[in-house]
Amino acid sequence: MLRVLFFARLREQLGCESLELASEPGIDSIAALRAALSERGPVWKEALADANLLAAVNKSLAEPGTPLVSGDEVAFFPPVTGG
Amino acid sequence: MRVQEAAFSPDQLQRSLPAAGAVVTFTGNVRDAGAGGAVDSLQLEHYAGMTEHSLQAIAEEAAARWALAAAHVVHRVGRLDAGEAIVWVGVCAAHRAEAFAACEFIMDALKTRAPFWKKEHGPQGARWVDARASDVARAQRWQLTRTGDADGAPGG
Repeated sequence: MLRVLFFARLREQLGCESLELASEPGIDSIAALRAALSERGPVWKEALADANLLAAVNKSLAEPGTPLVSGDEVAFFPPVTGG
Repeated sequence: MRVQEAAFSPDQLQRSLPAAGAVVTFTGNVRDAGAGGAVDSLQLEHYAGMTEHSLQAIAEEAAARWALAAAHVVHRVGRLDAGEAIVWVGVCAAHRAEAFAACEFIMDALKTRAPFWKKEHGPQGARWVDARASDVARAQRWQLTRTGDADGAPGG
């Protein structure tokens, strides 16, 4: 099981704050998860195609190749704008 | 590190810092205008848990890079009106070079790594604030600086 969170503009675009995804053998990296989520529909495909999106695994910034295992908490979000 | 909805007083925070030869503080306030026009208020969203983790990691990096007596960060979330303080950084060191450099490093890192997102509210409605390339460039300068460089000035 993967828990996936979305924040800020991306959360609004998707109309989704979080979801849980059964672990599948093919979904073993951030890039693979992003590709799988893009298949959920045109809105998902368009929003997740944004090259500037950032990702985190277990609350640390991650790269497309960062591996995923069952139980991970993954987050996708736009570039940060704090401070 | 503190992430809080409540307003804070920069003066009070500065008084809480330990005695040191050099004290540098930074306060960021909500501007009354943004790229999309006049701003009445901001809504600050964050990734609870990661935010604290990220600010802690940034402060630890600063402490590993410069000899610091203290490095504190306070950041607000939720609704803030124009003019209110949104972020405060306080750094203490024996000498000013380390204190100036560490304070600037912490803000530059926070701007590009800590998971906060601003939404501006004004007469024209609400809009998400876009990240700025200049903030990324500022943060990247620190990667060019030699670790342990006592001057602390960004290279490049």
